[in-house]
Amino acid sequence: MIRIAVISGKGGTGKTMITAALAQLLPGSLVLADCDVDAANLELLLNPKIIRTEPFMGMKTAVIDPALCTQCGVCMEHCRFGAIEHDVDEAYRVHPIRCEGCAVCVHVCPAAAVTMQPRQTGVIMYSETEWGHLVHARLVPGAGNSGLLVHAVKKTAMEQDRNCDLFLIDGPPGTGCPLISTISGVDIVLVVTEPSVSGLHDLKRVVAVCRQFRPRILVAINRFDLEESLTETIQLWCNEEKIPVIGKIPFDPVVIESVRNGVPVTRTGTSPAAQAIQILESNLNEELRHYRDQRK
Amino acid sequence: MKLAVASGKGGTGKSMVAANLAYTLSQTESVTLIDCDVEEPNLHLFFPASVTTTDVTVPVPVVDETACQHCGVCEDFCQFGAMTVLSNRVLFFPELCHSCGGCTLVCPSDAIREVPKRIGTTSISTPLPHLKLISGMLDIGDPHAVPIIRAAKKLAADDPTIICDTAPGTSCPVIETLDGCDACILVTESTPFGLHDLRLAVDVAGRLGIPVGVVINRSDGKDQATLEFCMDHDLEVMMTIPFEREIAAIQSRGDLLCRVRPEWQKAFTALFIKCSALAGGD
Repeated sequence: MIRIAVISGKGGTGKTMITAALAQLLPGSLVLADCDVDAANLELLLNPKIIRTEPFMGMKTAVIDPALCTQCGVCMEHCRFGAIEHDVDEAYRVHPIRCEGCAVCVHVCPAAAVTMQPRQTGVIMYSETEWGHLVHARLVPGAGNSGLLVHAVKKTAMEQDRNCDLFLIDGPPGTGCPLISTISGVDIVLVVTEPSVSGLHDLKRVVAVCRQFRPRILVAINRFDLEESLTETIQLWCNEEKIPVIGKIPFDPVVIESVRNGVPVTRTGTSPAAQAIQILESNLNEELRHYRDQRK
Repeated sequence: MKLAVASGKGGTGKSMVAANLAYTLSQTESVTLIDCDVEEPNLHLFFPASVTTTDVTVPVPVVDETACQHCGVCEDFCQFGAMTVLSNRVLFFPELCHSCGGCTLVCPSDAIREVPKRIGTTSISTPLPHLKLISGMLDIGDPHAVPIIRAAKKLAADDPTIICDTAPGTSCPVIETLDGCDACILVTESTPFGLHDLRLAVDVAGRLGIPVGVVINRSDGKDQATLEFCMDHDLEVMMTIPFEREIAAIQSRGDLLCRVRPEWQKAFTALFIKCSALAGGD
């Protein structure tokens, strides 16, 4: 199984649109995962039928038993996350969103009034799509542990469909916890960028993060014709960094139409964007062939 | 007033709205703009200026191996799996550590103390006479965005008008940014992606008790589903920015709509007045 993650650094560059099109186009058996767990959108293009769901238990969080609490305030002093609240004349309470689950309050409470309780912070869904199984998730809005949930989503996909040729991941934006969890153990990352100063800045940062994990790095430039001089700058930078630019997709209103229709853009015929993604796909396929040969 | 600009979905134009709002307000009053998208901060690209940079550190444990009995109490206690105790030494995984201080409290041999570890920076600049820009930036490869956001917000202290640009998503970095804000602008685009994530963002702000209003960006006129959602949830659409290649190009080059086309300042002033009304509970 070759593991490919589509990521971006900057949000909204077209990761999900490209992932869905690649799911349709790439040959061989495929399992998909949406690792942008706090704003998961891949399901909106792949029309999945849910086979089963399972609860995701995040970190345990602290709960104070008001019957045992002596209101001494020691827990509040020691909590580094500002998660213990105390209104005048009211008992001490744990703010479930701020609590990171460290259990320091349990340790310091002289009245043994604090315990750690499991909490469901999301749902993992295992679904059927036209192009393979999809593992996706829903994080309870405001819940933490998105990196842990990403890990659980990947694990489910790799265990359930370990004999697939490809594991295709729609990744999160950013460079922090969920992104690092997404790219760890991945063979190839495809970074989708756009010709803007923000796009270039974020591309450089996310590539630097990827370099710490040593996957093969590829770039695609979406809406490349909106600011051609910046597209050129991005290409020059990629050349210097020896990163292949395997696709350049033009701005095309058909992309938005296909999102509104809930289908991959490559489904709707021969629009300029669809044609460009077909070229991207054949270049990616070439990369996969090299990768398989090298592995042998 | 402390205002957050958020979205759920990435790339809807949060930074664009935050930057133009701050630019417009700074023509007449003092504004503090905070880039809380510390994983991929961009606002400094729109406001080049010389900056004063400070390291952001978090406390992490160091084990005194001469005092350590290798009893394993710290490993048992650590909820994040950041300590592994071998028979003759202790392995510490800083990327898993949440800096709670628990290991130092539980160690029976007093063998653990905490030292500061750098995870990123905050930068302050004054790109315009009445504009203070604070940018948080997470170091490459570090997973801990939240302490940087906390540090960046702290630098603004009690400045009278604060605008926080937020990371995409709905998890920890977004919560940390929204926490303590008086109102929140949610920037969306009229696609099923935009609406799906707007719904999540409204939910998050609601859980934190923060009033929200909506800005529709890159509108191609097909905003019906978004408008219906806003009406059903009693959300005001405070501003609609049309899709125009030229507006997109201004942003792509790192310029500001309100600087290139000053006539837009009126719309951003009106947006701010609506946000003040939101915050005031009107």
